[in-house]
Amino acid sequence: MRRLSVLMVLACSLAVAGEPRISVSYSRFTLPNGLDVILHEDHTVPLVVVNLCYHVGSADEKPGRTGFAHLFEHIMFMGSKDVPVGKFDQWLEAAGGDNNANTTDDRTDYFEDVPSNALALPLFLESDRMGFLLDSMTEAKVNAQRDVVKNERRETYENVPYGLAPILIDENLYPPDHPYHWPTIGSMADLSAASYNDVVQFFRTYYVPGNASLVIAGDIDPVKARAAVEYWFSDVRSGAPVPIQPVPVAHLTSEKRVVHEDRVELPRLYMVWNTPAEFAPGDAELDLLASVLAGGKTSRLYKRLVYDLQIAQDVSAAQVPARLGSEFWIVVTARSGHTLTEIAHVVQEELSRIKNDPPSHRELERAVNQYEASFLDRLESIGTTANLLNTYVRLTGNPDYFNEDLSRYRALDPCDVQAIARSWLRDDARVVLSVVPNGKKELAVTNETH
Amino acid sequence: MLLVPVLRAQPDRSAPPGAGPPPALRLPPIQHYSLSSGTKVVLLERHSVPIVQINLLVRAGTSMDPAGKGGLASITAAMLTEGAGPRGALEFSDAVDYLGAQVAASAHLYTTTVALHMPLSKLDSGLVLLADLVRRPKFLASELARVRTERLTTILQMRDDPDILASLIFRRTLYGEHPYGAPSLGNAASLASMTVDDLRGFHGAYFIPANTTIIVVGDITGAEIMPKLESAFGEWNGNVVSPPPVPPVPQKREKTLVFVDKPGSAQSVITIGRIGAARLTDDYYAIVVMNALLGGPFTSRLNMNLREAHGYSYGASSEFDFLPLPGPFVATASVQTDVTDKALTEFVNELRGILKPVPDADLERVKNYLALGYPGEFQSVAQIASQLGELAIYGLPDDYFNGYIGRIRAVTQSDVERVARKYINTDDLVFIIVGDRKEIAERVTALNLAPAKFLSVEDVLGPAPVLEGGK
Repeated sequence: MRRLSVLMVLACSLAVAGEPRISVSYSRFTLPNGLDVILHEDHTVPLVVVNLCYHVGSADEKPGRTGFAHLFEHIMFMGSKDVPVGKFDQWLEAAGGDNNANTTDDRTDYFEDVPSNALALPLFLESDRMGFLLDSMTEAKVNAQRDVVKNERRETYENVPYGLAPILIDENLYPPDHPYHWPTIGSMADLSAASYNDVVQFFRTYYVPGNASLVIAGDIDPVKARAAVEYWFSDVRSGAPVPIQPVPVAHLTSEKRVVHEDRVELPRLYMVWNTPAEFAPGDAELDLLASVLAGGKTSRLYKRLVYDLQIAQDVSAAQVPARLGSEFWIVVTARSGHTLTEIAHVVQEELSRIKNDPPSHRELERAVNQYEASFLDRLESIGTTANLLNTYVRLTGNPDYFNEDLSRYRALDPCDVQAIARSWLRDDARVVLSVVPNGKKELAVTNETH
Repeated sequence: MLLVPVLRAQPDRSAPPGAGPPPALRLPPIQHYSLSSGTKVVLLERHSVPIVQINLLVRAGTSMDPAGKGGLASITAAMLTEGAGPRGALEFSDAVDYLGAQVAASAHLYTTTVALHMPLSKLDSGLVLLADLVRRPKFLASELARVRTERLTTILQMRDDPDILASLIFRRTLYGEHPYGAPSLGNAASLASMTVDDLRGFHGAYFIPANTTIIVVGDITGAEIMPKLESAFGEWNGNVVSPPPVPPVPQKREKTLVFVDKPGSAQSVITIGRIGAARLTDDYYAIVVMNALLGGPFTSRLNMNLREAHGYSYGASSEFDFLPLPGPFVATASVQTDVTDKALTEFVNELRGILKPVPDADLERVKNYLALGYPGEFQSVAQIASQLGELAIYGLPDDYFNGYIGRIRAVTQSDVERVARKYINTDDLVFIIVGDRKEIAERVTALNLAPAKFLSVEDVLGPAPVLEGGK
């Protein structure tokens, strides 16, 4: 079979004057087994990052087996046909490398960074587990990681003040059959139920080259890097096409009030809405709205709640993007002697204000300037650049989406921010979670706030 | 070398592929300048992205808090951004945010770092703000009142967090009344006593040109940055004041176990340690290697034991906090409540185990990890500025970075054994456990690790600060 042609885009410039246009050079090819490969050259530091993204996440799980995609991520480190258990980390460290992985609703990322002379090692390791994980898989390995993941849940959620809030929010923001309803970490009961057979099925269904994209970024020779990828992945067979899940729409039809008691000194309010998906129209608008509402001392909510009234200790807002649909969060921690009803009342006033009148040009410019600065920061590290390339290719099909991403923000004016607040931050379709100290339910949001 | 394949050959998976010769650390030269005010400037150019990091290191830190004024250095740093030059707190913040800049000031034991991070294109405006906050902070009483309430509330919230509780009581147990044992935020009493005169006094004494080094890393040359810095900081005055000397660290060492009760905890936070070494110790590289073996990267002994072998924890680690005087050695993990006693036993096993001769393969691997991974510590402008800061604070030479890899490689098995014996002494360890006393105290005391003390959260933090109900 004739090799697929290489798509080359040259032009690596980061202009400084006026409106910088950012474009990131890359080359791209697809292996016969379906693996999508992107190479990016950057010789600033003698380092290479290998970032392999499998397009499977906790959204692909079924109720009763929540937490499985993340547990599987852990199991991927327990060895494969040619990599005895423990050697994955030992061999990488011996080469001066680091590695980690990360699972979300939408995808599982594996990444290694190594000095540039050691590129072959992560390619050997990743191809070996992509092709041959099951060859050395045992029930004991599954059990071992089960205990580690349960402790991860304890350390990240259960033994952390307000730790269970994200889990409670998702339970209420999405209906039970929506794949974002359950947390990526899963429940203890489902983690206990995960079996060796589940591991086999999951691997065969989702861990196939056609369901993955590989980014190699850093101090590389693209010709040699390509040859190395083709060599190491040449015996990894393509799998069956991955079943396509229907994309449900999360659509609240009322406000949901939830109260949770926790071992905390101060009550905290969470207001969360369903919003447009990552990179969809509305996503950038909501990102800027978050900045206008709570980005910095002079933002709407901070200035009123923390600076002027001093009834809150902290406030934050964020558009949290995801593939099937995003979430818009407002979080406020009350000061001693203040209730969440008081807090919610002020938040409500500010929401009405922004819906009735667009923000000023200066407020919008401030938000865009901050976003542009953070954008530049991401390009400093090849690990982050590699991650962005992979995110862009997964969600838009175009690795060099940098300029399109930035342009979405530059194209907006204050009326867009006002309009998005009106369309999506509805009073009658949101989750309002009050986390209160044990025995202090009266501090929760109780009265009508609208 | 297996990078160039034969046409369509099956890859050879019989052994992991080797690597060619490792690339050398390639850093641009470190440039040194002085301003007419006497302030030293250190510059490293990095032109990959049009951003700049400027860190002012002022030799003023929490170890200089006067008696009864714990938290002064910290709150002075925080108040720098609450109004400076012609701008009040809100205006100043707005100006910084509008530039897309980040400004932060924080006090450590000996140094207050004032950091500016921003796109190059608006640097001139950023420098005006930086100069104002360092040289002309307003220190308004109304802003101090608000920041005081914020900090008292933070102290209140510390009761929620087992990691913070463990860290605070660990330091206090190890160092007693020595400045290294004091909480950087101070306490309710010292915060209540703070006045703007205190802040002005501290700032006036220590924030002076001779006491300051400016570190610049980013997309700018010496010829470009020096006139700008001269304009911002050239005509800056101030007489040198000697800071009060920091007393030597306590020498009396006793085994102790402190149990802080946090009912209902799903995990116990375990912190174990003792007083370690100073930054300029001759044992530095040997300690770095030994600690990496014990509790550094993923394959370290503590992590492999507590996490991978036993599943007690999501991760365990250890570190030496190198300071001008000996800082702590600390090993930590959060472990499932019902295995707290077993986890403690494994901790002690590993702390004893590191005293034995280290197998060659393990030593090679950890030295490779440190040496070959070193160039990766110089990626972002913030990272590089921080590295340069260490050179400035400890008076290390410019060729320090280039010599690091060789010095790590020179550490031998007997060096590791020697420093393990010298610095990991299980007879005088401090054990801190923050967890559910009812569930585990009995089994833990049965281990007889050390004479035990039982504390409540209130014993650690004092009574909950009394806060007014809003303005």
